[in-house]
Amino acid sequence: MNIVVCVKYVPDAQGDRAFEADHTTDREAVDGLLSELDEYAVEEALKIVEAGEGEVTVLTMGPEDAATAVKKSLQMGADKGVHVLDDAIAGSDSVATSLILAEAIRKIGDVDLVLTGLASTDGVMSVVPAMLAERLGMPQVTFASELTVEDGSVTIRRDNEAFSETVEASLPAVVSVTDQINEPRYPSFKGIMAAKKKPVETWGLADLGVDVAHVGLGASWTMVTDTQARPPREAGQVVTDEGQGGEALAQFLADRRLA
Amino acid sequence: MASTDIVRRMLPVPRVLPTEEARDLIALVREIADEQLLPQVDEAEAQARFPREIFTMLGHSGLLSLPYAEEFGGGGQPYEVYLQAVEEIARGWMSVAVGVSVHSLTAFPMATSGTREQQEQWLHGMLSGDQLGAYGLSEPQAGSDVASIRTRAVRDGDDYVLTGTKSWISHAGHADYYTVFARTSDDGGRGLSCFHVPAGTEGLTFAEPERKMGLHCDTVGEVIFDGVRLPASHRVGAEGQGMPLALAALDAGRLGIAAAATGLAQRALEVATGYAGEREQFGRPVASNQGLAFLLADMAAAVGSARAAYLHAARLKDAGLPHSQECSIAKLVATDAAMRVTTDAVQVLGGYGYTTDFPVERLMREAKVTQIFEGTNQIQRVVISRHLLS
Ligand SMILES: Cc1cc2nc3c(=O)[nH]c(=O)nc-3n(C[C@H](O)[C@H](O)[C@H](O)COP(=O)(O)OP(=O)(O)OC[C@H]3O[C@@H](n4cnc5c(N)ncnc54)[C@H](O)[C@@H]3O)c2cc1C
Ligand SMILES: Cc1cc2nc3c(=O)[nH]c(=O)nc-3n(C[C@H](O)[C@H](O)[C@H](O)COP(=O)(O)OP(=O)(O)OC[C@H]3O[C@@H](n4cnc5c(N)ncnc54)[C@H](O)[C@@H]3O)c2cc1C
Repeated sequence: MNIVVCVKYVPDAQGDRAFEADHTTDREAVDGLLSELDEYAVEEALKIVEAGEGEVTVLTMGPEDAATAVKKSLQMGADKGVHVLDDAIAGSDSVATSLILAEAIRKIGDVDLVLTGLASTDGVMSVVPAMLAERLGMPQVTFASELTVEDGSVTIRRDNEAFSETVEASLPAVVSVTDQINEPRYPSFKGIMAAKKKPVETWGLADLGVDVAHVGLGASWTMVTDTQARPPREAGQVVTDEGQGGEALAQFLADRRLA
Repeated sequence: MASTDIVRRMLPVPRVLPTEEARDLIALVREIADEQLLPQVDEAEAQARFPREIFTMLGHSGLLSLPYAEEFGGGGQPYEVYLQAVEEIARGWMSVAVGVSVHSLTAFPMATSGTREQQEQWLHGMLSGDQLGAYGLSEPQAGSDVASIRTRAVRDGDDYVLTGTKSWISHAGHADYYTVFARTSDDGGRGLSCFHVPAGTEGLTFAEPERKMGLHCDTVGEVIFDGVRLPASHRVGAEGQGMPLALAALDAGRLGIAAAATGLAQRALEVATGYAGEREQFGRPVASNQGLAFLLADMAAAVGSARAAYLHAARLKDAGLPHSQECSIAKLVATDAAMRVTTDAVQVLGGYGYTTDFPVERLMREAKVTQIFEGTNQIQRVVISRHLLS
């Protein structure tokens, strides 16, 4: 079972977000990390391979620092990494991103399963898995909260508000996993040491045969035209209870038509 | 008052680390401290619950065996790196950092004086992360005066039979094995030997845990040896070699406590700094009063000195140079710093600091014991002055 896990390098959600003049996310100014939701995909891939056999390749597309996301995945236990790095990529939307990832997966070759996270923690669009499946001509099975592979097929549990669905697809397939599927491991110190010796390839667009005209800000179908920081939260209103606390709270809710 | 924001505040700690893997290691420990230790510590300490699962998690991450050789399953890290990991753990949870330091101590005699066979049989398990050790040196009447140990190991054919009581033993009743020092002859300090005692050995029992002022998750209690029979192959090092082994282990253990005390003080500094910037009195943050800002400055200076002191001793040890005096200096400086910094942190938080709504009162209670165990700070002065005057 050869698994490719797509991992994204995102700005640390704990830090302050910053944007470039063209409204794209400033990926240099803010400390970044492996998108936490993608850790679940890495963990699931490791569990599948540990229970059977095969290899886990992690794939990232992003600026130089995105190598951090690959490194963290290798420290967790993935076998090898691919980093697609090219100046022309900057500003690519999800359509362009899926094109580049699909070509990279083709180049990796001999893939049984492609795993992704639920959504990136910065863009939060959740569309790349579907686009990827379309481009690769593979079935797409999304939002897996449980996953089993058996005899050339993958079966997942997909939870809705009201019920859970069991969905089966033939392999190779693209599966996105939720944060309910497992508890991602921490790297171990041995994993940190071992990761230093694991192979990581860096590919440019030319290596993938992708035309620069199809990627980057210019080629993107969508464009962020403006970003506005949320106004800081206003100071709350403190009610000191001198016997009238309950009434004051009721009045507060009534004033806002909440009660 | 947004108490959780203050409590979560971090201050960056600039560190010089020798390798990329050491940098990644410290980043990993920080991540574990922020995600696993800090969110649990208040409740667990209030309940005095021994966090066995935390030690299992740290063990699987390779954090219980960092300073030991890779050939035995250790991390092969210099003390300079291992201790900075202990500091970061202590910043998250002092009882756990003390446990990591104690566990490291328990493997020391086996790693340095065990035979090949003993190392192959036991050391891998001790360093695998699955097992947790306890260190049995102190006795009710033998605290600072280690040479007055009374627990006896009497040779009986191919066995030793151990009888006596060890006190103050961290992890008592929870550990998988006990590294124990017992008397094999009446020749004072030259009459002690070291033994490896697996948990579950017949005759090994435990008293009720001590009720302590703090560090509640470090379960400490008496370990009673009532005719505990061990094959002679469980003796670590030569007969009579116990005292030098115990003292050498203590040098390393003192550095562990110094690093842990530094992390504890760092945490208190973080909380106090966060609070002072937000708490307003007289229409401005209390930190805008120079009298209070200087208190914070002195706290930061104390934490920095503590860190410098243990790192200096560690680097001497790593270089194979004499370091016993510097270990005692580091233990003295860092634990006194922790006591002062945590006391001042309570002061900075005013009445709130004196309540359990904020962690500083707990940190202050935890700091106190660092001046007592692993050799009281008076004993450290005995060691330092002996070196000076010899
Ligand atoms: C939480 C906790 C965990 C512990 N964990 C362990 C453990 O895992 N394993 C273990 O073996 N032990 C452990 N100990 C025991 C610890 O090491 C001893 O408490 C310590 O060595 C001091 O011994 P004592 O308490 O008997 O004090 P004493 O030796 O009785 O000292 C009492 C006072 O006299 C002073 N004093 C003694 N001798 C001198 C001197 N020569 N000059 C000047 N002053 C002197 C001391 O500084 C102290 O102030 C632990 C203790 C605690 C509190
Ligand atoms: C056990 C206990 C019992 C108490 N009982 C009573 C009681 O019966 N009745 C009562 O009214 N109160 C009582 N108090 C409250 C007590 O008087 C206050 O805790 C005290 O006045 C300090 O105020 P604070 O805690 O709000 O600290 P803060 O005012 O928040 O001060 C925080 C820190 O900033 C410093 N600081 C604040 N302003 C300045 C400044 N201008 N310059 C320099 N430093 C400054 C403080 O010294 C402190 O170190 C009690 C408190 C405790 C802990």
